[in-house]
Amino acid sequence: MCSLLRGEEMCLAQLFLQSGSAYDCISELGELGLVEFRDLNPSVNAFQRKYVNEIKKCEEMERILGYLLREIKKADISLPERDVNPVAPLPKHVMTIMEQLQRLEVELGEVTRNKEKLQKNLLELTEYTHMLRITRNFVQRTAEREPLQVQYEEFPFLEKDTVMDYSSMQRLGAKLGFISGLIHRVKIEAFERMLWRVCKGYTILSYAEIDEYLEDPDTGEPTKSVVFLISYWGDQIGQKVKKICDCYHCHLYPYPSSNEERNDVVEGLRTRIQDLHTVLHRTEDYLRQVLIKASESVYTWVVQVKKMKAIYYILNLCSFDVTNKCLIAEVWCPINDIPMLRRALEEGSRKSGATVPSFVNRIPTTDTPPTLIRTNKFTSGFQNIVDAYGVGTYREVNPAPFTIITFPFLFAVMFGDLGHGIIMAVFAFWMVLYENDRKLKNTRNEIWNTFFEGRYIILMMGLFSIYTGLIYNDCFSKSLNIFGSGWSVKAMYKDINDIRENRVLMLDPNVTGVFRGPYPLGIDPIWNLATNRLTFLNSYKMKMSVILGVIHMSFGVVLSTYNHLYFRKKYNLYLVFLPELLFLLCLFGYLVFMIFYKWLFFSAKNSRQAPSILIHFINMFLMQGDAVQPLYPGQTGLQVFLVVIAVFSVPVLLLGKPIYLYWLHNGSHHLRMYRGYERVRRNSEEEVYLMRAHDMEEGNSHSDLSSSGEHHTEEFDFADEFLHQAIHTIEFCLGCISNTASYLRLWALSLAHAQLSEVLWAMVMRIGLRMDTTLGVFFLVPVFGLFAVLTVSILLVMEGLSAFLHALRLHWVEFQNKFYSGTGVKFSPFSFSLLPSSFENDGLL
Amino acid sequence: MPSLLFCGPKMAACGIVISIWGVIMLAMLGIFFSAKSAVLIEDVPFTEEDIRSDKNPPQNIYSLYNQVSINCFIAAAIYVAVGAVSLCQVRLNKRQEYMVT
Repeated sequence: MCSLLRGEEMCLAQLFLQSGSAYDCISELGELGLVEFRDLNPSVNAFQRKYVNEIKKCEEMERILGYLLREIKKADISLPERDVNPVAPLPKHVMTIMEQLQRLEVELGEVTRNKEKLQKNLLELTEYTHMLRITRNFVQRTAEREPLQVQYEEFPFLEKDTVMDYSSMQRLGAKLGFISGLIHRVKIEAFERMLWRVCKGYTILSYAEIDEYLEDPDTGEPTKSVVFLISYWGDQIGQKVKKICDCYHCHLYPYPSSNEERNDVVEGLRTRIQDLHTVLHRTEDYLRQVLIKASESVYTWVVQVKKMKAIYYILNLCSFDVTNKCLIAEVWCPINDIPMLRRALEEGSRKSGATVPSFVNRIPTTDTPPTLIRTNKFTSGFQNIVDAYGVGTYREVNPAPFTIITFPFLFAVMFGDLGHGIIMAVFAFWMVLYENDRKLKNTRNEIWNTFFEGRYIILMMGLFSIYTGLIYNDCFSKSLNIFGSGWSVKAMYKDINDIRENRVLMLDPNVTGVFRGPYPLGIDPIWNLATNRLTFLNSYKMKMSVILGVIHMSFGVVLSTYNHLYFRKKYNLYLVFLPELLFLLCLFGYLVFMIFYKWLFFSAKNSRQAPSILIHFINMFLMQGDAVQPLYPGQTGLQVFLVVIAVFSVPVLLLGKPIYLYWLHNGSHHLRMYRGYERVRRNSEEEVYLMRAHDMEEGNSHSDLSSSGEHHTEEFDFADEFLHQAIHTIEFCLGCISNTASYLRLWALSLAHAQLSEVLWAMVMRIGLRMDTTLGVFFLVPVFGLFAVLTVSILLVMEGLSAFLHALRLHWVEFQNKFYSGTGVKFSPFSFSLLPSSFENDGLL
Repeated sequence: MPSLLFCGPKMAACGIVISIWGVIMLAMLGIFFSAKSAVLIEDVPFTEEDIRSDKNPPQNIYSLYNQVSINCFIAAAIYVAVGAVSLCQVRLNKRQEYMVT
């Protein structure tokens, strides 16, 4: 049904859904992705809609699922392959899912909390062990180091080796106390200074660093701690020391008073630590098992909850018809899909076991429907680049089918290199062959996704570039001599002495035997060796660009006739299309004609007298036909005629349509008054009814877009219409000139590409090839690698993107502004597969 | 035996692509040089002396052409070796990926 050319025909339909089977019907529609729902309660707040409780339940379930997924990700468990596509669960099954999720959440929460507590315990015990071990060293060491410590003179009994003796101290009447514990390494110096300032010599602090890193329970990072032992003398000092320790967040542990006690404590600690390790292991294993079991079904739950939430959201958009006990939904639906829609509703009704079926009813509307253009995997890329400029107005001509060929062609004209085209085509071909590979499809890299979506575009661009590379005879900046060159040096220089003395040889095609005929396909390879290669190619490419430009633009203007005819605005054909086409062809079409004429009718023999087309073109406007030699007889007269036509088409374009429309509405105004009299006179209902039917028939034969004169007579604003047409005229006429010049970018980019390619070869590859030393061959290997990398990065990626962009611009601006308005809305059907998943966005799935 | 794997999967894939391209392109260059193509004259390392002091005119240049073409063929052979190494790396990478998961 010409869907790609114009877009599907859409209609507005009303669905009457029985309240029992509404959920199932919408589930069916979501699976199919047929229709777009309209919001029938736009003024209602999100919190006042009917199904807001169900949506809250869904969000609660999503929250739990998010928590589950995060835990699963933290435990590094991989989710199983997800090929399943479960349907939305019925409301009665939702409770089971909800229960399971809540149970899992509670269980996980408990187990995690237990694990944390156990870990904290383990840390404390480990610290205590370290402390005991290190302070034992303190005591033994201090005994050996006594001459260095001034304070120890007051405790002479410390000269003995082992441990403090409480009894001896009590003899002195002094109460010696010990505080031991752990502190962060970064705080130890400040701690020491604070102690000295506060206690002034009544304390002794010894400390040593623990070798291994212990995990800090608050932050979870490994930190270095220091074990310290404070011995103080006096009770009040003890209080102060304790306060300071609190301040610095030390972990304090009881200091054993004798060796036996110390050994006991150490033994006890060791057993406890071992036990804790075992328990911790078991807990972690259990946690992992729970998570693995959850991970098997978490993906199914995610999909089910997503679908359920979507269905309730759609149900909220419907209006509830209380009298009929059914829900009414308004949808946009393609006319061809109405039978499928009916079947879906029947299926939904059957599944829910409803006695009364739901049904669909078309309603007429004056709103503009959204645009739907059905595409397959090949055409979707091209449709996307057209839609990026603007989605087509309803039932307007779609430029995409033409873009499938013109876009790669214009790209190839700018890219034109056989070797690069082959590489691009091979790359695209690889992507196309592996397009069903899941790893390629589901990567999260944005840039790769862009390339992958456009794989067919790139394939076409590559294939067309191979063709233009053959025409330009350019393969990695070298020409291929497939058929044998048409130029012969031997025929030009019979005497070898002529050649010896000259740096540059001239081959004159007028000399017999030098030019043996044109090369069968493309540009002769001898031009690769010529010094005036660019002069020749520039002239050729510029003229080719102008020719292609004028053809492309004329094609655009011709396409607008499709729109004029379809929307029944035949007057546009004569008042807009014809002047536009005449203006374009009389001026720029004539330029193209002159180019072809000069190519065909001037040869090497009279090339010196060949006139400059540009001069002739300018003289055409200045009406100075006699200043230069004419190209052909009768040229002056023809040119004057063409200029006159072009100049006259401008006011026709400017004034024709507004005046015609004005006449149409005001002229028929008189007619209508006459008809009104007829209506008043003819009281017979039948005749009025017949006339009204006649009016309605006429009204309906226009499409939704056209404003038929009957309805909008009062709204026809001459000034508005005239201004609109004036803008269009100026835009078109000035645009013709600027757009034709704009197509010269085809020449500019192809020149840039050829020159870049040549420079790369001369600066990289030639160095490798010219090495004539014996080791030169090994130099060629890395040089080629460098050449390959630079070719891909500069010539393929950079130039390719540049040519892509310019070809796109030529389509969007120069081609499409001749006929395309692009003010439509895209049809976005309600489909589960198109819904985004918040978990995927977070990277959890 | 220590692991023979020294590059990741992407680097190995690049290696294979460049090797295949190198083999094809250098082989074709070698063929074109040995066919004494005029378009490639700038890439042949000749000097003015070669042309002036030539006994039978094109033979010096022709021998230079042949030299360059042999260079190209040798380089193509080296790229075959590089390609083989890259292929091994790709296989080792696949095996390692298979074993880990």
